[in-house]
Amino acid sequence: MTGTHHAGTSPATDYEVVIGLEVHAQVVTESKMFCGCSSRYSGAPPNTLVCPVCLGMPGSLPVMNRTAVEATIITALALNCEIPEFSKFDRKNYNYPDLMKGYQISQFDLPFSQAGWLEFDDPANPGQMRRAGITRVHLEEDTATLKHVRDSSGETYSLMDVNRAGVPLMEIVGDPDLRTADEAGSYLRAVRQILRYLGVSTANMDEGAFRCDANVSLRPWGQAEYGAKVEVKNMNSFRSVVRAIEFEMVRQRDILDAGGRIVQETRGWVDDRAITVTQRSKEAAHDYRYFPEPDLPPIITPAAEVERLRSLLPELPDAKRHRFANAYGMTSDVADTLTQTRALAEYFEQTVNLSDNARAAANWITRDVLRILGTTGAEIDQILLTPAHLADLIKLLDTGTISVRTAPEVLEEAVNTGSMPREIVQQRGLGQVSDTDALTTAVADAIASNPKAVADYRAGKATAMGFLVGAVMKATRGKGNPGLVNELLKQQLDG
Amino acid sequence: MNLTPEDVDHVATLARLGITAEDRSRFAEQLSDVLEHFRALHALDTTGISPTAQVFNIHSVMRDDVARPSLPREQVLANAPRQEDGFFRVQAVLET
Ligand SMILES: [Zn+2]
Repeated sequence: MTGTHHAGTSPATDYEVVIGLEVHAQVVTESKMFCGCSSRYSGAPPNTLVCPVCLGMPGSLPVMNRTAVEATIITALALNCEIPEFSKFDRKNYNYPDLMKGYQISQFDLPFSQAGWLEFDDPANPGQMRRAGITRVHLEEDTATLKHVRDSSGETYSLMDVNRAGVPLMEIVGDPDLRTADEAGSYLRAVRQILRYLGVSTANMDEGAFRCDANVSLRPWGQAEYGAKVEVKNMNSFRSVVRAIEFEMVRQRDILDAGGRIVQETRGWVDDRAITVTQRSKEAAHDYRYFPEPDLPPIITPAAEVERLRSLLPELPDAKRHRFANAYGMTSDVADTLTQTRALAEYFEQTVNLSDNARAAANWITRDVLRILGTTGAEIDQILLTPAHLADLIKLLDTGTISVRTAPEVLEEAVNTGSMPREIVQQRGLGQVSDTDALTTAVADAIASNPKAVADYRAGKATAMGFLVGAVMKATRGKGNPGLVNELLKQQLDG
Repeated sequence: MNLTPEDVDHVATLARLGITAEDRSRFAEQLSDVLEHFRALHALDTTGISPTAQVFNIHSVMRDDVARPSLPREQVLANAPRQEDGFFRVQAVLET
């Protein structure tokens, strides 16, 4: 990606901002990466999902979880990576109490994948895409969790829970191709959406299943070499990633403008103060002493296996979005909304299949179904209104069985009770009155009791007709077929 | 290959070992000897032999993703010098 200048909002106007993101995503599995302990640690009492392997006991031996390996390769394929035939695990050595063995099993020089790319919405040009390189997607193990405590005497210590240690963790390393904080936000949303489409990670940032570190540097426009890189950590939301990058851009620009030099270091984002602070300078940088993991044999992924995994890829968000726009003739905004999640897209397509009315399905879902999800906080597959319900409602409308006025009431009832719209209409007598005799009486009554409107109509006032239609609809409690009501009114008034 | 006292300090820091000035020069010598010993491997002709990290001729050993019971917590914590509420209690450590 070239360093094109983005007009306007960049606070670092004399410098090009260079951003690369590292995303860590927990892989959804039953068991941990190298042992059979459950990886569903959320809510489990501390240190109850622990065995000699994840405890780092001497003599214990790790064995790879096939599902985690496959999920990593599938993710790499979705991110257009190459899958080398040969890969291996390595030990990354450092001392910290969250690491049981004194090293983390990770991948150093021969990861599962490399050299991919990802397209994401260009925040500066709505409707356009930008492309960023993916350096690699590799697999490692998560660490234990630490709770820092200060007791009443003022003593500080840490409490360690090993349940999370050994949970499979995918790392998606992006190339330094992003140029604004907003691009970073857009890139992150694209990564999260793909992980969720693949079902390989919940990608929930607030649960710690999705984490992001940002490498930020500045360089004068046109300079080929990168400036000194600052790694920013500790962001706990998408918003804080964007804010931390924005802060860091300004901080670095101010230093450079004052004639200073950027120190290569790791900085932490302090959310409540909205600043980054030094965590570790380059001098104190870790020396991880990577070496090949002697307890795990290498992994060979033959081309046929890569193709087998590729064939498991679902239709990805971008492809689905384009197909929706083309096949159903919807705007890119609507296509975007309907493909937010794979489940919502499936809900839409099932509704279309059952109702044969894509336009109505899109309208009902983007307007009403999303509103219901918003107010209830439910997921699409948890609500009582299934695609069959929605399709039934659409058919009742398309056949003129109910009017657009009664439809919201039927929908409401279906959402609350799970009853089929057809049954609701029958039970509650909400069917549209298309019976000419019944309507003729109502029309005659409306004409008789509204002489002024009748006079206005005869005087050529267009609004008078609407008033009379309203009177009939009121009398039929909204069930009159509006077309028929209009026709009957005209017959009686003009005849 | 000669290790400097600074190299020894670096390695000691990584290993979280406190060493005396006397240790420093002694370890520098000893570790240099160890490295020198392994230099003998350089004498071998490895032309046409691809680098390997494993001597066993096996690869891709994996297990199915099935969870099985973990250890009882008493056993997990049995060796812990200090514990509290089911957690390992450790010294407060600020990342350096
Ligand atoms: Zn375990």
